[in-house]
Amino acid sequence: MMMNRDECFDKVKEVLVDALGVDDDEIKEEATLTGDLGAESIDFLDIVFRLEKTFGIKIPRGELFPDDILNNPEYVDGGKMTPKGLETLKGAMPHADFSDFEADPDVSKMPNLFTVKTIVNYVTTKTAA
Amino acid sequence: MRWIWIDKFTDFQSGVRATAIKNISLAEEHLHDHFPAYPVMPASLIIEGMAQTAGILVGEARDFAEKVILAKVKKARFEREVRPGEQLKYDAAIEQVTEEAAMTTGKVSADGEPLAEIDIVFSHIDNNLSGLTFPKENFVFTEDFKSLLRTYNVSTAKA
Repeated sequence: MMMNRDECFDKVKEVLVDALGVDDDEIKEEATLTGDLGAESIDFLDIVFRLEKTFGIKIPRGELFPDDILNNPEYVDGGKMTPKGLETLKGAMPHADFSDFEADPDVSKMPNLFTVKTIVNYVTTKTAA
Repeated sequence: MRWIWIDKFTDFQSGVRATAIKNISLAEEHLHDHFPAYPVMPASLIIEGMAQTAGILVGEARDFAEKVILAKVKKARFEREVRPGEQLKYDAAIEQVTEEAAMTTGKVSADGEPLAEIDIVFSHIDNNLSGLTFPKENFVFTEDFKSLLRTYNVSTAKA
């Protein structure tokens, strides 16, 4: 199913409004899922399920929201991502914008990588494949 | 006896759908306070009934190996209140089951009239995303509980 980026954004918006019980106008490209939209861990699963259904795609575990990278001691040191960890994470998340995170790769700020834009980028690429 | 809010299953298709019924009786003490002189079945307990119908359906789909916990009520919409003497029918269907979670959709009717739509997300908590660990013993589907299910003709043979 080919869709342009605007069409993807509108559908992602519908998914997030339903999954998180937020208002339409809260869904902005830069909004973070946990910080701005109040998503909890189970919401991420719900979002993945809904995206699969809405876009007719299969999202392998860890592809949209990598969750195993932080468990590798080589990738985290003193609460910050190591250069190697950051490289791995960037490789795993080509759909995310790393410009802020790279400047201060504090692990506690990792949730800020999960924005509305991250999801729209991901599904736009995925539906074009 | 643990907290059980369905009386019996009337249909059970493994991994697909299940139907359970619940008779609302004024002998249930919680109705005496909810509300005095105007007993109404609490909507929260109707959601619990759906969570049990759907949760058992999800548990059975994986041979009761997973600890199935209600993680999120995606939707719960009610048309009206339910009074003693009515019979609830819970129809639950599996939308998706994965290693870490399951989603179900459900409809409830009261004395044959549409009453509610309740959609739920369950977590298989041993495979949760935050990496927490839980006791090995399956405290959700205990032996006693599986014995009870057998009386409902829900197959637990492989568990």
